[in-house]
Amino acid sequence: MQALEVVAPGPHTTVQDLGRIGFQDVGVPASGALDRVSLRLANALVGNRPGAPALEMLLQGPTLKVLADSVRVALVGCSAGIEIRSGSGRSVPAGRSVRLTRGEIFRVGALGDSVCAYLAIEGGPDVPQALGSASTYVRGCIGGLHGRRFRKLDVLPLVRGAADVRPERMLPRPFDLELDQPVRVVLGPQADYFTDEAVHTFLSSEYTVSTQADRMGYRLEGPALAHAKGYNIVSDGIVSGAVQVPGSGRPIVLMVDNQTTGGYPKIATVISADIPVVGRRRPGRAIRFLAVEVHEAERLRRAQEAALQQETDAIRTFE
Amino acid sequence: MHVRFLVAGDTALAVEFGDRIERALSERVLRLSAAVRASATPGVLETVPTYRSLMVHYDPLATDSAQLVAAIEKLLDSTREVAQETRLWRLPASYAAAHAPDLEAVAERTGFSTGEVVRLHADTCFHVYMIGFVPGFPYMGDLPASLVLPRREDPRVKVPAGSIAIAGTQTAVYPIESPGGWHLIGATPIRLFDARSARPSLLRPGDQVRFEPVGASDYAAICAAVEAGDYQVCCETVRA
Repeated sequence: MQALEVVAPGPHTTVQDLGRIGFQDVGVPASGALDRVSLRLANALVGNRPGAPALEMLLQGPTLKVLADSVRVALVGCSAGIEIRSGSGRSVPAGRSVRLTRGEIFRVGALGDSVCAYLAIEGGPDVPQALGSASTYVRGCIGGLHGRRFRKLDVLPLVRGAADVRPERMLPRPFDLELDQPVRVVLGPQADYFTDEAVHTFLSSEYTVSTQADRMGYRLEGPALAHAKGYNIVSDGIVSGAVQVPGSGRPIVLMVDNQTTGGYPKIATVISADIPVVGRRRPGRAIRFLAVEVHEAERLRRAQEAALQQETDAIRTFE
Repeated sequence: MHVRFLVAGDTALAVEFGDRIERALSERVLRLSAAVRASATPGVLETVPTYRSLMVHYDPLATDSAQLVAAIEKLLDSTREVAQETRLWRLPASYAAAHAPDLEAVAERTGFSTGEVVRLHADTCFHVYMIGFVPGFPYMGDLPASLVLPRREDPRVKVPAGSIAIAGTQTAVYPIESPGGWHLIGATPIRLFDARSARPSLLRPGDQVRFEPVGASDYAAICAAVEAGDYQVCCETVRA
């Protein structure tokens, strides 16, 4: 057998990749990692292709036992590290790969500042592609490990039964969680459904991520936003990052498991470069929004890709 | 009518034809969706038709908003009204009390007998406007005006899979057990969504659907056949 046994699942651990394309017209959201930047870096550390499936953990990580000759794993996206229980115990910080052998038990504890983090496994988990992706969409029971979050005693099969003996890798610098960076948005598609004052309030106030935050959306606390033309629209399409404002006036940032269509007006849309930034922000954390034009959003995304490539190229090996 | 391009961040663009639930708008949305797909416009990842707009999801590293607007404007000019073939599905339906917890209340509120409500529903050929809410959930219309009711004031936490429901001018089938605020007037044994299939949703936007009332014994037999995987849903191609 080549697998990882789930000794303790953590509150919400799932398999995610870069998401599912092509089924939103039949109501299946894109899903995928809340923080695709961390997913890609974690994969790079273990030598996987950037979009390989990895384990996404929310708030706290799982405890796992190695049921393979060896595995190589790497954690990115949080300040916590990998705690290895065997022997006298040791800890490997986030941003470094480590090779573990059969029978070893390791865990990722409370994630700290960030709400999500990614554990990549050399070769990846061996889960079937569902509608072209390994990502788990829990509400639809699609993809990942049995279409759901991990449970105690689950066995996650692995593609590889042994990890190569080679120098380990580390990120060139500590990973920036961007916890205080303003979140950039493009106004619309329905900014005209709000009063000018509401748009101003949205862009000038501090909001807080509420405890009602999951992969579908992060509900925010803060000043209510007044609708100018009511809070019902004839349903239209929704994209991840859309900031939807229901009748309560409290905005919700729709995330990767968002419904594909909906009937509330959307005051703004988080730019794609900043979806991971929102994704990491845990309940209680502040969020401020900054409006940019769409061409600027496109430029920022290209810049992010270039920076990510640089970061990946700069990954160092160490002994 | 004037077409509006609404920016939805740097990965999606909504092409809006209007702000009503109307067949003519839906036809334009569906025609553009087909045209965008056929055009293989670089960077387009997928299109999502809704009642009155087409959501075009794109890869901002492969194209940009301005290029996409230009490409879609060209397609809008070239999409003409041509008779299109659509699929007509006949879904067996039970309107028996056990499957229709709200049928009595709907009859009462609309002033019909339960039999008349069933006849009005089953006599209508529905158009699938869009699929959303949960995987495979079809928003279909239009319901006869005499059956139009607002959503239930008290949404249910659990609506069983297969429930046939109405609200506003629309009817739907709940493909999986989910919360729901629509009035439940029947059930179909047909599975609308199967994630294991390469084409997971039975219905697509633009399809037509008729509900065919069946009795208790036929319903049970169809349930068993669906369970065994040897039930073929009746589907024919018709000219729209």
